[in-house]
Amino acid sequence: MYEAVIGLEVHVQLSTDSKIFSGSSTHFGAEPNTQASLIDLGMPGVLPVPNAKAFEMAVKFGLAIDAEIGQESIFDRKNYFYPDLPKGYQISQFEKPIVGPGRVTISLDDGTTKTINVTRAHLEEDAGKSVHDAFDGMTGVDLNRAGTPLLEIVSEPELRSAKEAVAYLKVIHSIIRYLDISDGNMAEGSMRCDCNVSIRPKGSDTLGTRTEIKNVNSFRFVEKAINTEINRQIEILEDGGRVIQETRLYDPDKDETRSMRSKEEANDYRYFPDPDLLPVVLDDSFISACRDALPELPEARKARYINDYGITDYDAGVLVADRDVADYFADVANTSGEGKLAANWVMGSVLAELNQTGGAITDFAVTAKQLSDLIARIKDNTLNSKTAKTVFEALLASEGEVDAIIESKGLVQVTDTGAIEAIVDEVIAENPDQVANYRAAPEDKQGKMLGFFVGQVMKKSQGKANPQAVNQILSAKLSG
Amino acid sequence: MSHITDLSFSELKKALNDRTLSSVEITSAFLDRIDALNPTLNAFITITRDEAMQAANDADTLISQGAGTPYTGLPIAHKDLFCTDGTLTTCGSKILSNFVAPYDAQVVSQCKNAGLVSLGKLNMDEFAMGSSNENSYYGPVKNPWDTTRVPGGSSGGSAAAVAANLTPLATATDTGGSIRQPAAFTGTSGLKPTYGRVSRFGMIAYASSLDQGGLIAQTAEDIAHGLGLIAGHDSRDSTSADQPVPDYTQTLNDSLKGKVIGIPKEFFDDRLDSAMRQAMNEVLDVLKSLGATTTEVSLEHVAEAIPAYYVIAPAEASSNLSRFDGVRFGYRADSPTDLMDLYERSRGEGFGSEVKRRILIGTYALSEGYYDAYYKKAQQIRRLIRDDFNRALGTCDLLFGPTTPSTAFVIGEKTADPVAMYLEDIYTVATNMAGLPGGSFQAPLINGLPTGYQLTGRAFGESMILNAAHQVQTVTDWHTLRPEGV
Repeated sequence: MYEAVIGLEVHVQLSTDSKIFSGSSTHFGAEPNTQASLIDLGMPGVLPVPNAKAFEMAVKFGLAIDAEIGQESIFDRKNYFYPDLPKGYQISQFEKPIVGPGRVTISLDDGTTKTINVTRAHLEEDAGKSVHDAFDGMTGVDLNRAGTPLLEIVSEPELRSAKEAVAYLKVIHSIIRYLDISDGNMAEGSMRCDCNVSIRPKGSDTLGTRTEIKNVNSFRFVEKAINTEINRQIEILEDGGRVIQETRLYDPDKDETRSMRSKEEANDYRYFPDPDLLPVVLDDSFISACRDALPELPEARKARYINDYGITDYDAGVLVADRDVADYFADVANTSGEGKLAANWVMGSVLAELNQTGGAITDFAVTAKQLSDLIARIKDNTLNSKTAKTVFEALLASEGEVDAIIESKGLVQVTDTGAIEAIVDEVIAENPDQVANYRAAPEDKQGKMLGFFVGQVMKKSQGKANPQAVNQILSAKLSG
Repeated sequence: MSHITDLSFSELKKALNDRTLSSVEITSAFLDRIDALNPTLNAFITITRDEAMQAANDADTLISQGAGTPYTGLPIAHKDLFCTDGTLTTCGSKILSNFVAPYDAQVVSQCKNAGLVSLGKLNMDEFAMGSSNENSYYGPVKNPWDTTRVPGGSSGGSAAAVAANLTPLATATDTGGSIRQPAAFTGTSGLKPTYGRVSRFGMIAYASSLDQGGLIAQTAEDIAHGLGLIAGHDSRDSTSADQPVPDYTQTLNDSLKGKVIGIPKEFFDDRLDSAMRQAMNEVLDVLKSLGATTTEVSLEHVAEAIPAYYVIAPAEASSNLSRFDGVRFGYRADSPTDLMDLYERSRGEGFGSEVKRRILIGTYALSEGYYDAYYKKAQQIRRLIRDDFNRALGTCDLLFGPTTPSTAFVIGEKTADPVAMYLEDIYTVATNMAGLPGGSFQAPLINGLPTGYQLTGRAFGESMILNAAHQVQTVTDWHTLRPEGV
C-alpha cells in the first residue's frame, strides 16, 4: 500500500596521507589533537592549500560511476558554529562539484538489476570530534579528524526499500575499495551514511515529506534504521498525522529514530565561494591520467572470473563484491588451477569463517597458498572432502602447513585397492542381512542402499578410504 | 647630518652599508623616539624593545663579518594583523587582546630573513575595518600633523609611525584603501600591490578576496626596496601569484617620456573639492613636465564600487571572523553557562561595534533568499569594474586621481555616520575590486595638511607606479615635508 522513496548521502573518507587543506597526517587513532596543525586549528591568518591527491581520488570515483567530471569545480564555505568546526565554516563544494551526474547498477534479490543515478559527488573537509565522556561535566574537542578529505556521494531518491539501499551502499563500498581511495571502514567512520526517507501511496508520483537519518555507520544499521523509519512514517499517516521534515538520529540499542532538529531550526549555511581557494581546473591530461590509472572494477572483474575460472554468474558476483576476497580467490584459483573448487572453498568455509569472526580476509589465518595446497591434495586424491575439512580446521588453528598436517594427523587417503578390498570384505561379512536385501532389490533401488555399506567402510577406514574406490569395489563385490 | 630618525629607509640603508651607522645606533634611536612620542600618537600597540635590540646586536655582528643581506639591521614595524611568533598579535581587537601568535606570517618571515629588525606592532582599526583608526580596541591613533585629527585607517598606526619618524618602513594592508588613504592623510608614500603579489599567509583576514599586504614609507624608493623583500609566491597561499619579482629599484629612474597617464573623468567631476583639484593639477603638471602625456578615460561603473564593496567585504568578513568563538584562542567570556552563551558573550564582548555591524551586513547578504540579490550582484559589478580598469589600462600606463576626497578629518567627526565614513574610500575601493596595484604619494599640502595622489597600474605593474612616483619625488619636495611639533 505504501512505497518508500529513499536517497542516500554517503560520506567517504579518502585515504590520502595528508589532509585536504593541510600537511597533517590523516592516520586514525592518534592521541587527541596530535594531528592538528595551525591550519586544522583554524588559527588566525592561516590559509588552506588543496591536496591534489584528493582531486585524483574524486575523479577516479567519478570515472568509475561513468559520471561527468567537473572540469572547473569550486570550493565553497558552509558556515555554521560548532566547537569541532574550528573555522566556523566547512570548506565544501556547493554549486560546482568535482563529480557530476553518474550511475551505478545494483543487483536485486529476484536476480534482476537496477540502475541508480548518482546526482553528484563533491569534496569537502571533515570536522573534528566532540568528546563527551573524557571530562566530567565538560566536552572535549579532538581536531585530529578536522580536515580529513571526504567525498560526499549523493544518490537520486530512486531506492525503494531498505534492501535496495543496502545493495546500493555495498556497490559504492565495493567501488571505493577497488579504487583504493578509502578503507571504507564503517566502524571507524571512514564511510558514513545519511538516509533520506519518505513514503507515499504505491502508484503515486508525488513525493512525501522526507526525514533525514544522520550518520548511520553500518550496513545492518542502515537497513534497520530505514525500516524503522518507514514503519514510523506509515504509523503516523495511518493515524491521520503528517510527517515533519526534520533530521533524525538512529539509536541501534532501542532500534528507533528520534528527532534531532526540525527544518525550522535548520541552519542557513550561507554558502559562498571560498575566496582563499582558486577554482579547481582539471585539464584533459589529468583526467585521462586518472582514467589510465583506473583498476579493473567489480563488473569487469566479474565477467573475467566467469570466463577465466568457469564459475557461475552468482558465484562470481559474490566473490568480486569485496576486492580483497576477489584477490584471494584469484590467488587460490591460479595457484591450484582449480577455479570451481577454489570458488566453493572461498564461498563456503572461508567466507563462513570470516562472517562468524568478523575478521578481514587480509588477516585471514589460512593463506591463499595454503588453501591452494589443500585443493591440490584433494585433486590428487590425498584428501577427501571429510579429511580436507579436518586439514582446513588445523590451518585455521595455525597448526602448520598442509602436508605436515596430513602427515601428523595420518590423514592420507587410502587408495590402495587391496586394503580397501579387505575392509569391504569385512563389512560384507558382518552385515549378511543387508547384503541379502541389497541383492534382492531391483537395480534402481540398489544405488541408494549402497550408501549404508559405503558409510560402514569409511567408518572402518577412519574416513581415509578413497570414496570412489570404495564405491567401485563395493558395487563389484555386492553384485558378484 | 640630520638626526638618525629623520633619515629615510634608503638613506639608512646607505648609512648601514657604508658603516657610518650601526644597527644598534639606528634601532635605539627609533626606539627612544617611539618611547617619547607613542604616548601622544598611540601608533604602536606593542613595542618589542628587547627583541629589537637583540636583533640589532646580531645584525651588527653579521655586518662586521661581512655577512647578512644589504638590508640587515634596518628597522621596520608591522601592522598588528601580521602574526608574529611569540609576540602579541591583536588585530586591534579585544577578542585577540591575549593572542600570542604561534607562528610568523610569511611577510614577517621574509622581513626577518632579509635581516630587518622589528620595532613592534602597529595600531589599526579593529580587523582592518575602518578609515580613521578610531575603531581600535587600543584607542585612536593621532595624526602627527595635527593630533586632533585622524591618521586615516585602517593602517593608521603604520602611517602615523612613518610620518612621525617612529619607523622608516611599516607593513600595512589594504582591503578598500587602508594603505593609501592613511598615507594621503599623513604625508607618506604607500603602496597596495597587485592582489596575489604579497602572501596573505599569516595576515589575519578581513575580506580575503580584497586584502593585500603592502608598505608605507617616506618615499617611493623606500617602498621599492621593501617590496622586493615581501613580494613573491608563497605555496602556503593558494591565491598568491607565481610571478617573478623584479628589482623595483632598478626602474625607478626610467624616463616618463611617452608614458600615458589616464585621468578617469569620474574622479574629477564637479563633486571634487576645488583645493583638492588644484593640488592634483599641480601633480599632473609635474608628471607632464617629466614627459608623460595625459588622456581622459572613463571608469563607467566606479560609482558602484562602494556599494558592491560593502556587500562583498562584509560577506567575506562574516565568515572569516567566525573562528573567533572563544573556543581555541583569544578572548573568552567569563563562566559561560552553555555553548550558546560562550559564543554569544565571547563574540558580543570581544568585537567592537563596527566589526559587529559588518558581520551583520555580511551575514544578511549571504542569507538564503538574499544571496542572489546582494552577493551575486556585487560580484557582477566587481567584474564590470575590473573590465573598466583593464580597458582604460589597455591604452594607458597608469591611472591618476586623488586618493581621498579631502584632508584628514577631526577625531569623532564621522564616527556617528558610518556611511560618511565608508565614502572616505570612494577613490580607493575600485582598485581592490579590480585586484590592481595602487599607490598613494605626497601631493601639495592643503591648509597645512597633507594630501595624496593615487596611481593605479596594470596587474603586477608596481614598477611603473614606483617609477612615476619616484620621478615626481626627484623634482618636488612634498614628500620631504614633516609634521612640526612632534
